[in-house]
Amino acid sequence: MTTTELAGKSVEVNEEGFLVDPDEWTEEMASELAELHGVATPLTDGHWVVIKYMRKEYFENGTGATVRKLGKASGVNTKELFQLFPKGPAKLSAMIAGIPKPKGCI
Amino acid sequence: MKHQTMVILGAGTGGTLTANRLRKRFSTAELQIDVVDQNNQHLYQPGLLFVPFGLAKPDNIVRKRSSQLHKGINYHESEIESVDIETNRVHLTNGATLVYDVLLVATGTKLLPEETEGLDGPGWNKDVFTFYDLPGATALAERLESFRSGHLAINLFDLPIKCPVAPLEFAFLADWYFTDRGVRDDIRITYVTPLDGAFTKPAASATLQHLLEQKGINLVTEFNTGEVDTEGRKLISYDGSEVEFDLAVVIPLHGGADYVHNSPGLGDELGFIPCDNATLQSKAKPNIFAIGDAADVPTSKAGSVAHFEGEILVDNIDAFLRGQEMVERFDGHANCFIETGYSKALLIDFNYETEPLPGRFPGPIGLPLLKESRINHLGKRMFQSFYWHGLLPGRDVPGIGAHMPESGKRQLQTSGKP
Repeated sequence: MTTTELAGKSVEVNEEGFLVDPDEWTEEMASELAELHGVATPLTDGHWVVIKYMRKEYFENGTGATVRKLGKASGVNTKELFQLFPKGPAKLSAMIAGIPKPKGCI
Repeated sequence: MKHQTMVILGAGTGGTLTANRLRKRFSTAELQIDVVDQNNQHLYQPGLLFVPFGLAKPDNIVRKRSSQLHKGINYHESEIESVDIETNRVHLTNGATLVYDVLLVATGTKLLPEETEGLDGPGWNKDVFTFYDLPGATALAERLESFRSGHLAINLFDLPIKCPVAPLEFAFLADWYFTDRGVRDDIRITYVTPLDGAFTKPAASATLQHLLEQKGINLVTEFNTGEVDTEGRKLISYDGSEVEFDLAVVIPLHGGADYVHNSPGLGDELGFIPCDNATLQSKAKPNIFAIGDAADVPTSKAGSVAHFEGEILVDNIDAFLRGQEMVERFDGHANCFIETGYSKALLIDFNYETEPLPGRFPGPIGLPLLKESRINHLGKRMFQSFYWHGLLPGRDVPGIGAHMPESGKRQLQTSGKP
């Protein structure tokens, strides 16, 4: 675990770069996190729909959504999700939303 | 105990074994048990893997569902229209309505080929197959017979899928099959996965990846298939990259049973049943439980999981029916034989917290874990008999309990949870 500076605040992140405490996240951190992890900025409305959905899911269910759940329930379809967050919509949106890596399926 | 009614939706592995165990425990005066399924064919699903290679015959892996249920269990053959969780009713498409005190959802998962663009195109079952259902596995057997050169791509689109190791086993068996027929040098095999490695759990992933390399099977990772061009014979990912093939074996997306979507409050977006990981009680209502592939719990969708869940579930349903506290806890225990070809197999054993470790199962003198051996292969092939005669009827297996055993396992130096 390391400490890093985001939007002028010092926060703890794990080895993969996920925020350790989702409560430390602020909206201002999102675009810095996006730049750090290769997501094009400025973040668009589409990005924000997904980011907000992921945070809601996390606080309600204890984990962010998988790509398939995002595609069905976030309001952004799977194809667009991959345009917004290339390579890994669930992982990258969780990263930018300041929540832990979604518990995938086994 | 006052008379109560239990309705079990689905007569597959989980539904059947739970019904039989409950029947043994309660008299018909105490508990009426109704089981519903849409057809009367119980498929031994682990057998599907062997059908494409002529190692299992379709007729030998199907039996009547009704014959697997003990006397005193009412069997209804009908599709399910919906469940009304507010009034405790199940509506069947044949017009009947079943009223329950306790409901168990055991309707498993279904394949959703229609959710992948192009998959239902003209090349489906011609150059693109799945072995995840019996018609597909049977058609593929014929196609493999005549496949003597070219590129075979094996692609799982996304998790969750039933038996997540089966696509890898298919790759290993294909390597053996083509070698045996003297055509392996003319066939390229590629395993295409959305994961960042061969498998989800680190120690097992490393072992399986090594086996792929040994067998000359190419691995393409982080490939998120968005479209299959069955005529142009291409897998196309969401980021536009492509894998061309001559023959593709795919594992379509999975979802819960259709009626779950018609039953407000019962399931999630994918049609699976959110429930407590430990008690298997649904989050929808206290008198609804889920087992097996239908349950949204973070372990594999596999028969062994349904088996281990069943033992715990019966005790919890017992407690619930008596108004007592449920004390049994499911730990996520899964146990899978992985066929690696040449009459050998690996065995993996894990749970929610512990990834598959090397060692022996179920104790220090037992089957080798995470290591190829003939005895594991024999175990896998002999399992079918135990399935019909031991597991489904609800008999306990000496030495193998619901909870994951730890005594024969070697902890890895590098710690870290899966």
